[in-house]
Amino acid sequence: MKEISCKLAVIGAGPGGYICAIRAGQLGVDTVIIEAVKAGGTCLNVGCIPSKAIIHAADEFFAATHFASDKATLGIKVSDPSIDFAKTIAWKDGIVGRMNSGVAGLLKKAGVKAVVGRARFRDGKTLEVDTETGIQVIRAETIVIATGSAPVELPFMPFGGKVISSTEALSLREVPKALAVVGGGYIGLELGTAFAKLGSKVTVVEALPRILPLYDADLTRPVQKRLDELGVTVMTDVKAKGLSSDGSGLVIERSDESLQTIPADKVLVTVGRKPVTSGWGLDEIDLDKSGPFIRVDDQCRTSMRGIYAIGDVTGEPMLAHRAMAQGEMVAEIIAGKRRSWDKRAIPAVCFTDPEIVSVGLSPDEAKRAGIETKIGLFPFAANGRAMTLQNEGGFVRVIVRADNHLVLGIQGVGAGISELSAAFSLAIEMGARLEDIAGTIHAHPTQSEGFQEAALKALGHALHI
Amino acid sequence: MAEFIIKMPDVGEGVAEAELVEWHVKIGDIVREDAILAAVMTDKATVEIPSPVEGTISWLGAEIGDTVAVGSPIVKIDVSGEVAVEAGGADTPTPNPSPQGGGELSVGPVAAEAPSAPAPSKAETATAKTESPSPLWGGARGGGNTLSASANASAHRPEGERPLASPAVRLRAKEAGIDLRRVHGSGPAGRITHDDLDQFFARGPQQSAPAGKQPDMSVEEIKVVGLRRKIAEKMARSKQRIPHITYVEEVNVDALEDLRARLNAEKRADRPRLTILPFLMRAMVKTIAEQPQINALYDDDAGIIHRHGGVHIGIAAQTPSGLVVPVVRHAEARDLWDCAVEVNRLADAAKSGTATREELSGSTITITSLGAMGGVATTPVINYPEVAIIGVNKIMVRPVWDGAQFVPAKMMNLSSSFDHRVIDGWDAAVFIQRIKALLETPALIFVE
Repeated sequence: MKEISCKLAVIGAGPGGYICAIRAGQLGVDTVIIEAVKAGGTCLNVGCIPSKAIIHAADEFFAATHFASDKATLGIKVSDPSIDFAKTIAWKDGIVGRMNSGVAGLLKKAGVKAVVGRARFRDGKTLEVDTETGIQVIRAETIVIATGSAPVELPFMPFGGKVISSTEALSLREVPKALAVVGGGYIGLELGTAFAKLGSKVTVVEALPRILPLYDADLTRPVQKRLDELGVTVMTDVKAKGLSSDGSGLVIERSDESLQTIPADKVLVTVGRKPVTSGWGLDEIDLDKSGPFIRVDDQCRTSMRGIYAIGDVTGEPMLAHRAMAQGEMVAEIIAGKRRSWDKRAIPAVCFTDPEIVSVGLSPDEAKRAGIETKIGLFPFAANGRAMTLQNEGGFVRVIVRADNHLVLGIQGVGAGISELSAAFSLAIEMGARLEDIAGTIHAHPTQSEGFQEAALKALGHALHI
Repeated sequence: MAEFIIKMPDVGEGVAEAELVEWHVKIGDIVREDAILAAVMTDKATVEIPSPVEGTISWLGAEIGDTVAVGSPIVKIDVSGEVAVEAGGADTPTPNPSPQGGGELSVGPVAAEAPSAPAPSKAETATAKTESPSPLWGGARGGGNTLSASANASAHRPEGERPLASPAVRLRAKEAGIDLRRVHGSGPAGRITHDDLDQFFARGPQQSAPAGKQPDMSVEEIKVVGLRRKIAEKMARSKQRIPHITYVEEVNVDALEDLRARLNAEKRADRPRLTILPFLMRAMVKTIAEQPQINALYDDDAGIIHRHGGVHIGIAAQTPSGLVVPVVRHAEARDLWDCAVEVNRLADAAKSGTATREELSGSTITITSLGAMGGVATTPVINYPEVAIIGVNKIMVRPVWDGAQFVPAKMMNLSSSFDHRVIDGWDAAVFIQRIKALLETPALIFVE
């Protein structure tokens, strides 16, 4: 097969890789992108997008079942709702498929050549791609590694059969009657909540003392409350030991070392993700690592000249939008522009019920950094729009420097609050002060008023509390 | 090469030493005859030392703040003929070259000989007035103000803190290859704006004019010398040794002000305008005759109180260089107009720095007044070793209950401190009450 020579080769067409390739193509860089599976990576195929589709379907179905119960207050009457889960999955697959072809179209439009197959380094300038039609050799001046991450497997409970990862959970043929979730992080809780709403009896098992350990307790409290309302059993300080011998469920060990078997049709293991650093010839080029990740500098350069790495393979936070920003930056660097990583904040969103958003420093982080802070918190219970949406749980919280009111961090928890992340991030990236937020008209009636009110609260003159 | 030595001159009667408060020259400077070399200070008078010769300063014998005995050498001046010969054409070195010779000194050879002498500063310093000893030694002259200059060189930003700028500004800086840490941020919280970048491009890495409030990290070192040191020592000694009792009383000065206005309106042209002070001085003289223990100096080391018959009233005066206390001698022998004339004369002398040492010492009791700035009450510090100080506060029209109604009255407070070791509170109060009575009925001041 004829060798391909190009300026830039990108390994992996996830959010980091495809953005990098599109941007490079826009800038006139001769670019090839190599993807073994489907364009869009984890995010589009088995992560962000399909999970949000399932969560939406679960919310809709749950609303219908709620209307059918005698607890409904809106006066809407529904009798005996049911769900054809295969159809739900097909709808989800339709969205994913549309986006797959959308990404492929964008790459094409940018003049990027896509090669399907598994890439492998031969040396620092040469890749071999195992395609359907044979080995394709690609010689590139510059190579970007965007191989992403994969779910962590428990050695005593490997994926397969009853034991599933998030990938399989998003493609189940039917709603499991009983679902055990190992790991109370955001992925486990997002999916656990969705299946609870779809009718599963869900049990979440977390080894640490509380769920969502990366967020502070104030933020996770409304989520914990909602999980209780949904009938989800949350067990903390508990270790998963493996499937029971008869295969009927998950064996757990409590802190007092007593064992218990939780009946489960499926056991969803969401104990984290690990960078994909094998299977593509890392040994051939011997890059420096930082823990399990590839070490990169503030321009995403690896220890080898001409080789960059972006996205989950380079470390935490493993978030699609971080990878996209890195990909864009690297493409511009390769095109000869001066760039370096100078972002002040990477927002993190948890699509639990209610949703959690965190941008910048939390109160504890600010304290640990030795910064004297002021904090303003506004509860959605005092927000008109939240009431009309029956979403009164949660709050917006603003953390600022006490001396000059520079916004350091913004967090919020509440239904639909993920959309407020734009305002939160913009405030921090623009270097807003409390007065800037307080002095901006926020449309009424929206939940975004909570943001302004939190700033006013920190200034000492909130109007609605 | 001849060397001319200048010794500390005898600056006043009985003065054995003087404090050097200001150098007007430094080593290497070229000086002309009569150029001011230094300022020294005795008790409270500052004396300038002129150069009797012209030449190059080769040695300075004291630092600012040093106390130098009269007769000690303080300056050596090279009056070497080389300069004079080359410039003026004189045949032999002369210890006292003619003014013409000096006038012909060209800058060229001088600069070559003494490269450390910044010629421009010489002319400035030679003509500088000495009445206010400069608190900044060296740094104020010769362009040595490096501390504040370097503090301004870069934008203030706490160590390790990332520059604050919007993504668009960051991008522009990045593309121009500018490290934003070097750019001053004029926006809120030190945010770097597009305008700040424009300024940076236009002017380079200098300080752009900060718009917002800026923390000032500079610390200026000011040597406490000269008059300031004397004031500091005297105040400290007074407060350390004397247990002050401060007594504040209000005085209705309606009648006094009427009288004063009348006297000022009808006064002879050669007489000064009267202030409250001469009346107060006369009232004090009258009261001291009844209570002589108030007009005294307490030598607490010897344990002796010197009660003075003469009433020498010190008048605390603010001058550009600090507080001085010129003294109206023998107020008991002066009438109202005499007192006024003498107060005016001394105040002018103190402010222009021409008051003599004798005029600035020897008081037995002191008056302190902040004049129009006034204030409601003060806690005056006794002019050690005196035993009393009378503080005059501002006259204000206040409502006063006359027994039937409130009426407007011109009221003035007297805030006075006494040495409680030798003046009992009762006596202090009696003294002030007596003065109050005299001032409220001013005719009594003049009744013999």
